[in-house]
Amino acid sequence: MSVTIKYFAWLRERVGKAEEDMILPAGVNTLTELIAHLRRQGEEYDHAFATDGVIRAALDKRHVPLDAAIGGAREIAFFPPMTGG
Amino acid sequence: MAVSVQTGDFDIAAEIASLTAGRTDIGAIVTFTGICRGQDDGRDVVALTLETYEEMAVAELSRLEEDARSRWPLQGSTIIHRHGTMQPGDNIVLVICASSHRQAAFEAASFLMDYLKTRAPFWKAEEAAGGEKRWIAAKAEDDEAADRW
Repeated sequence: MSVTIKYFAWLRERVGKAEEDMILPAGVNTLTELIAHLRRQGEEYDHAFATDGVIRAALDKRHVPLDAAIGGAREIAFFPPMTGG
Repeated sequence: MAVSVQTGDFDIAAEIASLTAGRTDIGAIVTFTGICRGQDDGRDVVALTLETYEEMAVAELSRLEEDARSRWPLQGSTIIHRHGTMQPGDNIVLVICASSHRQAAFEAASFLMDYLKTRAPFWKAEEAAGGEKRWIAAKAEDDEAADRW
């Protein structure tokens, strides 16, 4: 299944791209598993996701905890804590 | 009910007028405006850039607005959040709540701002006078402010 992964703020800068399409490999069912998979894709990903407990995520534009199942979501977003307002 | 995520400025008086036009059931309007400061943590700030996940921001602000309407009797509400690059003194965010009485309008506006700060997907980067840019860190007190609701 192909999903679009989006990155924002310093996470985007560290990964070096705003978004990418990816076929989720077998065994990647939750966002935590996806992060582990991404961290093996290169130093920039490993650095971007190294700050444990800080990264937030959304599935199809809704906030979800990192242990959430990806299920049939088409758009996954990772970002730091929000600082709007 | 209106939510807007935009680069351009907003006109507070015009936004209030559009909420109250032709109505006599509104007895209280509370507005909150967030403005770009020229100093932060003792540093001079020359510019502030707000990044957003625009489609989610619109969806999330709409959900927050619905949540506020389920908690307080509101006759109307407006949330406008800007993104892009701003200078000190520029408007960033506007929340307007209209109700029959002031208590609901005050509380709903406060709730919307507290929730917006921790849930709406916006990220601020400050540019200092020397050109140095840094991402602003989220504040624990903002989480605490949202938790009280």
